[in-house]
This record gives sequence, C-alpha cells and structure tokens, in this order.
Amino acid sequence: MIEKDIRDRLAPILSSNKDKAEYIEIRLEESESTRIMYRGREVEDVARSSAVGGNVRALVKGGWGFVSFNDFGRINEWMSLAISQATHVGKEKSLFTSLPPVTDRVLADRAKKDPDTVPLAEKKALLDQYNEAIWSIPGIQTSIIAYGDGRKQVFFANSEGSFIEQNRKDVNLRVAAVARKDSEVQQAGLSLGSKGDFSKIEGLHDEIRKMAKLAVDLLSAPKIKGGEYTVVLDPVLAGVFVHEAFGHLSESDFLYENPQLKEVMTLGRRFGGKHLNIVDGAAIPGLRGSYKYDDEGTPARRTYLIKEGVLVGRLHSRETAAKMGEPPSGNARAIDYRFPPIVRMTNTIIEPGKASLEDILSDIQEGVYVKNWYGGTTSMEMFTFSAGEAYMVRKGKIAEPIRPVTLTGNVFSTLQNLDGIANDIDMNQGGGCGKGGQFPLPVSNGSPHIRIRSCLVGGR
Amino acid sequence: MIDEILSRASKVAEAAEVFQVNTTETPVTFETNRLKQIMSRQSRSIALRLVRQGKLGFATASGKVKAADLVGRAAEVAEFGASAHFDFPGSYSTSGANVYSPNTEQTPQDTMVAIGQGLIDAVVRHTPELKCDARVVKGVVEINIANSRGSQAAYKKSIFHVEIEGTLIRGTDMLFVGDEDIAVQPAADYKRLAQTAIDDLENAKTNTTMPTGFLPAIFTPHGAASAFIAALSSAFSGRVVLQGASPLGHRKGEKVFDESVSLWDDSTIPLQPSSRPWDDEGTPAQKTPLIANGIVGSFLYDLQTAGIAKARSTGNGSRAMGGMPAPMATALVMSTGKASLEDMLRGMDEGLLIEQLMGAEQGNVLGGDFSGNVLLGFRVERGKIVGRVKDTMVAGNVYDLLRSGVVLGKDARWVYGHLSIPHIFVPRLSVSGKG
Repeated sequence: MIEKDIRDRLAPILSSNKDKAEYIEIRLEESESTRIMYRGREVEDVARSSAVGGNVRALVKGGWGFVSFNDFGRINEWMSLAISQATHVGKEKSLFTSLPPVTDRVLADRAKKDPDTVPLAEKKALLDQYNEAIWSIPGIQTSIIAYGDGRKQVFFANSEGSFIEQNRKDVNLRVAAVARKDSEVQQAGLSLGSKGDFSKIEGLHDEIRKMAKLAVDLLSAPKIKGGEYTVVLDPVLAGVFVHEAFGHLSESDFLYENPQLKEVMTLGRRFGGKHLNIVDGAAIPGLRGSYKYDDEGTPARRTYLIKEGVLVGRLHSRETAAKMGEPPSGNARAIDYRFPPIVRMTNTIIEPGKASLEDILSDIQEGVYVKNWYGGTTSMEMFTFSAGEAYMVRKGKIAEPIRPVTLTGNVFSTLQNLDGIANDIDMNQGGGCGKGGQFPLPVSNGSPHIRIRSCLVGGR
Repeated sequence: MIDEILSRASKVAEAAEVFQVNTTETPVTFETNRLKQIMSRQSRSIALRLVRQGKLGFATASGKVKAADLVGRAAEVAEFGASAHFDFPGSYSTSGANVYSPNTEQTPQDTMVAIGQGLIDAVVRHTPELKCDARVVKGVVEINIANSRGSQAAYKKSIFHVEIEGTLIRGTDMLFVGDEDIAVQPAADYKRLAQTAIDDLENAKTNTTMPTGFLPAIFTPHGAASAFIAALSSAFSGRVVLQGASPLGHRKGEKVFDESVSLWDDSTIPLQPSSRPWDDEGTPAQKTPLIANGIVGSFLYDLQTAGIAKARSTGNGSRAMGGMPAPMATALVMSTGKASLEDMLRGMDEGLLIEQLMGAEQGNVLGGDFSGNVLLGFRVERGKIVGRVKDTMVAGNVYDLLRSGVVLGKDARWVYGHLSIPHIFVPRLSVSGKG
C-alpha cells in the first residue's frame, strides 16, 4: 500500500467523526507470508498467504467499539458501527492517556540476509539438509520442521492526528525429532526466530544432530521422582520462567480495575533478593519483541519491573496507564488487524549477576539442571513450564541425564527462592506468546543461568 | 471469483480446489463485572489448493484477492510441494447435520448484553468480592467449496458462545472459577454456568494441601479434557500414525483400554458446533469409532493421509487458521458408565477431585503422558470435599489410567463445544504436593 494514498483517505474520515467519540483509531495492514512444513522424511506443506485488512476502534464514555474488516471500501460504514457500539457500551468517564501527534515511517530492520531475497529453492534446500541431519541419527521415528517467514506493513492513524507506518519482517523455525522404542515415545525440539534475518537460522546442522540424538537418548533416561528440588535453569528456560512466572503478572490490564490485585502489586513491594532485576521493553533494538511504536501509537520504552528485588513498574496500555495514574509504557499490542491491542510483553529480561555457573551449582548436594524449553503457562499466581532437557546435579556437578521435567510453583514464593543469578546472559527468540486468543505474538526473553530453591518438579 | 480462480488454475495445473470462508462475528465482552466492549468482525478468505505435475501447491488470501496472484503463488510453491496422493471428489454430498439456526443471527445485541450481565450478577450475588470477565459471542460462517471436476457445495454454520470467568483474590491467593457453553444457537438460559462457578466457590472456601504419593482421583469433564484429550487426539490422528509416532499405530484391533471405555469422533450430531455436513475437503461427515469397548478402532484421515495410508478419508480434513487440510478430530464423544459423582466420592477415603490442570499438555503428549499443576481441584476425605488444594502437581499416562480400575460416570457433558465426556475415576494417580 502507498503511504500518501492511505493518508489522504484516512485523514478526512477521522476528522469528520472526531466529535462523535473521545478517541478513534484506524489500523490498516498488508501482510505476506511463506510457510514450509515437514512431517517425517517428506515435505508436507508449502504455502503462501497474503492478507489485506484493517480495523476501527472508538472510545466513548469508557466504552469501546471495535470493528475489523477485509473490505476497506466500506470504511465509512465500519467507522459508524464502531462509534455506535462504543456509544452503546459507554456509561462513565473515559480515562485514556492522550499523546502528542506523531508522524513517522519505520522501515523493517536491515537484515544480514533478508528472507525476501532468498529463493524458495534455497530455503527448501536448507530445510532438506536439516531434515537429513535428524534422520542421520539411528532410532529416529519421525521429524517435524516448521519454517515461516513474513513481512507486514501497518498504517496507524488516530483522532489525535498521528499517522505512523511501520514495517517489520519475521523469521521463525521450529525443529523437532521424535524417537520411539516399543510404546515409549520421546521428543526433543529447537525453536528459533529473528526479526527478519534468515542468516540466524542457517548453519544449525550440528545443533540439530545433537537435538535428534537427545530424543533417542531420552528413551533410556530414567524418570525423576517428583518433589521439591533445588533447580538451576539455563538462560533459555530462565527466559521462559521470567516471562511466565512474573511477566504476565506485570500486565496491568489484569489488575487495573481490581482493588485486591492492585494491593498485591503495590509498587515498592519486595518480590525477591537485592540481586534481582527484571526489565521489559520494545526499545531494546534488534530483538523479536522490538518495535518503535506500539499498536496505540505509544513510543516504545524500556521499563524496569523489578529493581533490586522491589516492584518498581509495570506494563501499560494508554487506558490502564490513565486509570492507574502512571505513564503508558508502549505495551499495547495486537497480533493482527482482527484484534484490538491488549497489554503484552515485548523483550523480557533478568539482568545478569556476578556469579559463574560453577558457583551457583557448587553447593547443591542433589538437584536438577534444566535446559531448553518445551512450553509454559501461568495463572498469574501459579506457573508451570517444561524443560526440553534435564540432568541431575550431584555434589555441585551436572551429572546423568534424566527424562525432561515440568516445573511448577507459586510466583510470589518462587521469586523469593531465586537465590542465584549467574553472569552469563542469552536471549531466547523462538516461539510466541498467547493471551486472550491472540497467538503467537513475537516476543523474546532472556536471562543468565539462575538457581531456585525448593521448586516443585514433576516428571514429564 | 471462485470460477475465475478455477479457470485460471486449470491452465497451469492438472486439478484445483477453492475453499472460501466468510465470517461475521459479534463478541460482547465484559471486564470486572461490567460491559466493556462490543466488537464486530467481518472476514473473507479464500484458499486455493492445486496439483501441478503431481505436486501440491497451496495459497491463501484474505481481503482483496487477484485471481492471477493467487494462482501464481500456488503454482510457484507446487514445485517444492508434497506429491498428491488423492483426487479431488467428483461430487460433493449435499446432506448432513444442520448446524445453522436463524435464532443466533436474530439475537439482538441487547439480549447478548443481558445474558452476560445476568450471569455475572448471579455469581457476584453469591460472592460480592468476585471480579468477573465474560464474553457472549454470536457468529455466522459461510463455507463454499468447488473444484476443477465441477463439484460444488456450500453450507452455513451459526455459533453462539457464552463464557464467564470469575477471579477471587485473597492476599496472594487467586481462585479462578467459571464455565462456558458453545452451541449453534442460544440456550433457554445460562443458569448452569453460574451454578458451576457457585459450586466451585463453595468448595474452595478453605484451602488445603495434598500429600505426595499415589492416590485415587476423580476428573470432572473439564479436568478430563485438560488431562487426557491432547494425547488421545494425537494418537488417533492418521497423520501421527503414518509417521509411526502414535503409540496406538500398530495396535489396531487390540484391547488397550478398559472395556468400559469407548470413544467416537462424530461430526454428524445435529446442532452441535463441531458438526458439519462435510469436512473442509468436501468429504461427508461421519461417526468414526476410535475405541470400541477398550479396543482400538479406526484412525482419523483426510484425503492426503488416507491416500498415503491406503485408507479412506474419515471426513476429518480440517483447515486450522486457513492452512492446508489436515486430519483433526471434530467432536469426541466418550461412553458413559453407571456411577454418579456422589457414588464416586462416597467410595473415596482420601483422594483428589480435579476440575482444571494447568500446563498438562506440555508433557510428552505423543507418549500419552501428562503432568500439570492442579489449577482447580479439591481434597476429598471420607467421601467429602474438604477444601481446595494448592501447590499440587499430578502426573500420569493416559494409557495406564484408562485401563483397569477406571470408572466412567453416568452423566456426560459437552466441554468447549467439541468434547462430550463424563466424570472419570482412576484408582491410582501420582500426586506431588507440599502437604
């Protein structure tokens, strides 16, 4: 879509409806994506998709109307519908942080290797090699490879006079190997992503072979006895931990209208030791959760959630920020034009400490070392997530492999029990986050190795 | 548009099929006990699948579509696609379950608001500190399919979806209660949903813990859905069987489960939201026995996997999020037994009643394992519910648990609109707790 045409079309529609609502925004999107999928030795699905769509959102007396559409030609009709819905809902005072108008155009990050310039034949050839790498390991029953890339152009215009065009690209890859012996089935996986750099998923042949071997080895690994253990998490799994165990709790749409929860999440409350610092922000450049403006046109920031163990901030949309009397943090995100923006994480990080991995392992008599992620979820109070690999820790050293485990716990006590933070850090850029039916949203998370005392471990 | 796409596709491919979906959806949402947002979603998408030099190409477009672009993209990717192992049907069936009710479209917005607010008020009357979110959604989907052999068919489906979730916060203790109803048309009333929430609030008045060990457990229909269904759906997928990754793949005709256990995939039940006259490839819907009195019956196939497996499509070709058809379960229906929930509780000296597991599907689903945090569950002592358990994990394997000693309840209910399942008692479940 051409920027000037869009602007000329949207400006009069917004200005002629501006007095009918306290706030109106229009988002228009054009996207294209390619997917290549393997199950077993053969390719299963190669597909290309495109979408053109948009939405109108209106705020009247605290009530929202939202209309999404594919047919841009009827935009005036959609606008009227959104305003009438909002009017139907609204019965109180709107609270919504106003922002100065912005006009900007943000191009996609310049990548070392743009997926658009890579021929389909080359993408397929790389994935063929990865599939062969998996099948080169004896004992493999099947393989799954899911590759996707895409580009998206989003225009945002609102009744405050902002007009923002943002472009982004995304590359993601998930590879899994399944091993079987009689009725036993085990799998190991790998998940990677980048903000549109194909080179980030190249050269993984050795890693993938190792992953496939792990799936086979898991068949003969013993199961752990469920119970409480001291666990050490590698940076990838610790990233998932910070996302599930704390990140979701800092999303203010969960608490802004709930007095009991607001009390639980009072700024200044101690959540962990002095070594614990947690930050979220789309303004950290180059990561999968990075952007310049969120889907309400708020400039991205970097927000400390926990500083020296104490709750100091949270994630906001313009509405939650206004209702809580705090500045908007630029965390209102929508997965695509079919959804209104809601409060989401971007890049969530536990900052590194001073210890080495050896230090935090050294005084564990019997514990568990967990690596790599398989999945995770939270109820806000309780979280659970599962590791891709697990090892016993004996007398301060990583010992024999065991079957992968699931970790679960209470957010509040677990952060208090987080007693070791190493000085290494790594970012996990794979996967995506789901909330309110919006999945998979590109996010990243990162952490150094961390240690948690008395963590409930279940066999997987 | 469909004709133009097919005619262009015929010039570059041996065979082609167009699948078009038009959706209109109106969700009314409530936040913290009051109406928050009314939405309207209109969407149009079209998918083209073609066979070019024996290989499958696929392209989809939402919104503005140029037939030439769509055909060009599908033809381009076909060069790298999978070999086609089927022919598009020479004719499509026109009969099948009715899944459309005009009552849904005709339900006024104000009625939807009243349903949601009424539900919230009923539950909040019981527990005034409770904060409820709710959603009432009406929707209509129009589906059209056509192929280059001249076959053509269309149907309309309506969906009426009501759900409520209440959150009760005491200090850092959080309790989530709620229920949902997903149907083709609005129900006469939604008192049942409020009652589920109220019963759970009553049973959760005191918190307790569980000891670590092996204990008997009862899964409610929601609890059973969160523990068993991911594993069973994948094990009966013809695609997973073909890959050799299903633990049941080589056990067809063998008795793997207790003989009280039967399970069907059934998309023929009238006015059920997961029914349809034909699947997303035009194959007529059917009722397929997956487990018959404990014995492994059929697996679920779409055209392509059936072609490879030298089987027949079971009418389970489904397109998730506009993708290529793949074999997926439609509505799973489990057999019922003779025991009431009261009977099951009565026999329990010490055990667990599980309403919701969190994260259970993160385990080794292919192997039948599940392991999850008990998000909502109750401790049972001498036949009585004594409180809500916290800090408790359970783990098990569906193939072990649905074997000897399993007892199915007499009253099944629909869960999430695609699963009909009773209460399930298992004599020995691994429980890890802090009590």
